[in-house]
Order: sequence, then C-alpha cells, then structure tokens
Amino acid sequence: MTVANAPVLVAGAAETTSPQHPLTEPASSPRRRASRGLVTYLGLTPFALYVLVFLFIPTILAVTTGFFTEDGAFTLTNIAGLLDPLVLNTFAASFWVSAVTAVVGAVVGALVCYALLGTRADGALRSVIDSVASVLAQFGGVMLAFAFIAAIGLQSLLTLWLKNTVGFDIYANGTWLYQPAGLLVVYTYFQVPLMVITFLPALEGLKRQWAEANATLGGTRLTYWTRIAFPVLAPSFFGSLLLLFANAFSSYATAAALVSQGSPIVPLQIRAALVSETVLGRENMAGALALGMVVVMVVVMWGYSVLQSRTSRWQR
Amino acid sequence: MTAVKNDSGRLAAVRIGAEPNHVVRWIILGVVGLVFAFPIFAMVEFTFRDGLSGGHTLDHWTGLFDEDAARTYRNLFTAIGNSLLLAVVTVGIVLVVLLPTMILVHLQFPRLRRVLEFICIIPITVPAIVLVVGLAPVYSVVVKVAGGSIWTLAFAYGITVLPYAYRAIQSNLDAVDVVTLSEAGRTLSAGWGRVLWFVLLPNLKRGVLAASFISVAVVLGEFTIASLLNRVNLQTALLQVSQSDPYVAVIFALLALALAFVLLLSIGRLGRTRRTGSES
Repeated sequence: MTVANAPVLVAGAAETTSPQHPLTEPASSPRRRASRGLVTYLGLTPFALYVLVFLFIPTILAVTTGFFTEDGAFTLTNIAGLLDPLVLNTFAASFWVSAVTAVVGAVVGALVCYALLGTRADGALRSVIDSVASVLAQFGGVMLAFAFIAAIGLQSLLTLWLKNTVGFDIYANGTWLYQPAGLLVVYTYFQVPLMVITFLPALEGLKRQWAEANATLGGTRLTYWTRIAFPVLAPSFFGSLLLLFANAFSSYATAAALVSQGSPIVPLQIRAALVSETVLGRENMAGALALGMVVVMVVVMWGYSVLQSRTSRWQR
Repeated sequence: MTAVKNDSGRLAAVRIGAEPNHVVRWIILGVVGLVFAFPIFAMVEFTFRDGLSGGHTLDHWTGLFDEDAARTYRNLFTAIGNSLLLAVVTVGIVLVVLLPTMILVHLQFPRLRRVLEFICIIPITVPAIVLVVGLAPVYSVVVKVAGGSIWTLAFAYGITVLPYAYRAIQSNLDAVDVVTLSEAGRTLSAGWGRVLWFVLLPNLKRGVLAASFISVAVVLGEFTIASLLNRVNLQTALLQVSQSDPYVAVIFALLALALAFVLLLSIGRLGRTRRTGSES
C-alpha cells in the first residue's frame, strides 16, 4: 500500500505546494512561521514524555539495576550471577523451548500458508483463517494454560480415552505438561498462527510471471522451487523463524499459569527474583536476568529486521 | 501483527506453479484445523463436566445466574470491571497521545517517521517481563502522584499495545493522502482543529478503530504486568478462581476468547472494506 500510494502522494504534494506558494508565503511572516514551528514541536511533547516515563525509564532501570546493590553501590556480582550453572541452565532451557517451538511453528505455519496459495485473497476461507490466526496468536497466557489442561491434562477427554481404550498413558513418564516439556506443546499453539500471519504476505509475493518464466525456459516444478521460490522465500522464512523465537523467549503468562514447580525458564526466574528479592542470595538479580533477556532479544530482533528488509525487496 | 495480516490481501490471489492441488490443501488445512480446534472444544466440554463422575451437567453455566453468584464471584466481577476500565483508558491513551503524534509527524516531521516507528516497535524487543522489572520503581512514584487506583496500570498497557496500535494507524495513514487532505482543508480556511476533526479523523476511522480493537484485545489478555505489580485484572483473577472453581474460570476464559475473536474479526472486516473502497 505504501509503495502503490507513494507516487500519488508525492505528485499530490507537488501539485498543492506549487500553486499555494504565492498565496501563503507572503501571508505568514518568518516570525509567525517560527512560532508555529515551536508550537508544532510542543505537539510532540506529550508522546515524548509518556514514552520517556513508561518505556525508556523502565527499560533503562530494568537493564541497569543488575549493576547495583540494593543500597545503590556498583557491583558486578549480579552480572557474574548470570554465569551460575543454575541460571545458565535456565537460559539453555529457554533457548531450547523457544527454538523447538519456533522451528515446529515455522514449518507447520509455512505448510498452512502453502495450502492457502491459490485461494482468493478476499475469499471467505482466507478471511476466516486470517482472523482465527490473529486471535490464536494473541491467545497466550492463562487461558491457553486452561485450554491445554482441559485438552491433554490428567483428567482430560483425550488422556482418559487413550488410557482406557488404547491403553496408552501419555503421562506414564510423569506429568510433563506442567514441566518445560509441556511448554513445547502449549507454545506451539500460538507459534503456528503467528507464522501464518507473518509468512503469508511473503508467500503471496511469489509472482505468477516467475512460474511462467520458469515454465517457458523449460523448468520443472522442482526447478521452480529450488531455483526461484526457496531463494526468494528464505529470508522471510528465517526472519519469521526469529520472530517466533523471540515470541516464545519473551512469553511469560502461560508458563506462570502452567508450570507448577521451580523456575525452569528465564521469565519465571525473573518472577522468582522479583518476588523473593534474594534469589541465590543476590539482590537485584532480576535486573541482571532482564539484561540477559534484552541482550538475546536485541540480537534476535536485529537479525529479524535484517532479514525482513531483504524480504521486502520481493514484495514490491 | 494484524497490520501484516491486513496487508496480506492486497495482492490478488496468485495462481502459480507452486500452488497445491485441492486434496493436499484440504488435508493440510483439515489436520491443522482439527488439532487447533481440539483444545477449544476441550474447554467447552470441560465447562459441562459433572465433577470427576464422567457425566455432564449444565450447572456450571446456570450457576452464574444464581442469586448468590454475584457474591461468590465478586472478585471475578470486580476484576472484569477493572479490565474493562483499563481497556477504555488504554484506548484513550492511544487516541489522545499516540494518534495526534502520528498525524503530526506524518504532516510536519516526515524525517521523524523512522524514529517514531522505531520507538513504537521497541516494546516487542523489550518484553513485558523485562519491562515490569523497571516498571516496579516507576509505579512506586506513580502511586504517590496519582494514587493506587487500578486505572494507572493503563499507562503501562499503553506501551504494551504501542506496536499493534502503531501498525494499525500507520497502514491507514499510508493509504490516505493525508498531506493533500489537510492542505485542502487549510486552503479552505479551516483551522487545524477543524481539519483534524472533520477531514482527517473520518478518513482515518478504520485505522483508529482497528487500533482500538486490537488494544482492547491485548489489554483483556494481559497478565504479566498486572500479576507482578500485584494488581487485579481479568487474567490474574481467572488464575485465582481456577484454583477454587476451575469450571467458572474456563467459562470466563471462553467468553473472553469469544470477545477477542469478535474484535479481531471486525478488524479483518474493516481491512476488507478499506481495500474494496480504495479499489473502486
């Protein structure tokens, strides 16, 4: 939409400014224009102040408190605490959960996008899937935990049916639903819809002419996929994969509602540090953990934006 | 994320060599659809369960309309009230703080557009669980200044919804020739207030509505910040109720889910009408 409208916008601006110049320029003296400029700058202050107080200050506080003790003295103990085997294990578990659900979500989501190829963009099927995907991608938190306890919990229909008729106890090796392994299943539920939302526009960017050109030059469907579709889609696919990773890595509410014991992933570790104030006998550990998370998120999101800018090249 | 979705329809359906045949398409959609419908179905089934007996009952639903329901679920109803209030105030912040800034930047400071976009995307990189670490000290000041009422939490939620609201409004701003419209209004001697109210807002209605709906949906589902700042909202109350009466918790979760679905479905419809409108 941006691209389609850009020439119109420029042309429109040019049209309106050129006949307007003689009329408006003399009317507004330089001083009046300067004061109006000041007023318009003032118009930016509410948003600037708001973002300063509720976004920048909290972010800075969050990533710097790790460097200080409760009394405000500088310390590196908390940061060194990130290297504690327990904390490293938590980061590893978070990486593992995020990576597995991101890969599964990306592959299944890409399959769904593939299945939607060739359907009408404004058709009923597409609009229902669009809406369902955006609801389910938002469907995190406590309610998702309920859904999975009802679906595959100890007393759920599926669990009881499998146990009583097939004789298969999905919890024979312990109640994994309430442990990090359970998060793998539950997180996938919002990863797949997010992939559909982010990857579908890229898949739609595949132009029919490319397929025609491939066919005209004697290519097969295989060469179409290996020489055209995969190379074009790869940046978008891996970009979406990174977004999914970030999404799972930063997710807190579902795990908080589901995981019964301990703090196996980083967000839950932050909760423990915030609530008890002295995890591992260190003050302000939450700040150090938050810093660790932000570093990971910045790297992942940077990769995402690099890949995304490569993607948009093909969507023009 | 919805903005991406809204954009997705802008290319007409492409029929290319890669497109799957009908059987493959419906096998993929059918299997994924069934797997994803199952947890929702299981939630519905759960609300009709008669304890662990294996039978089914309507009691959990009818119980909501009992005389003592208002007393039994008082905390839950308070929490719903809190969440609705937070949704309204958050939408207010989007409309009063974000929207005018976006219009102003679009019209007067085109060079700041990238900066604004960058700022609005930050909350994706700084997740709520990180933000809350820094919000705790900020809120200890906020409570001193504005009191400890629940609505102050909307300041934090305004940040949480920033990426979503930004994309919804921006895609509308890009689609409408705001510069020409406002200059036309100004040339016809309308003041900025009139231009904003009578010219720009009607043209930005869809983006503004979409931003409001997605904000409501996000606020109703928010748990992290409320829980860790010890405030009561719908999600924290649901978790609490689920420990004593899981059936009612699941019923309200389903209702909240249905509401979110209606809100996001209407965003999809807004997107479609915009598209057909711009084509004609």
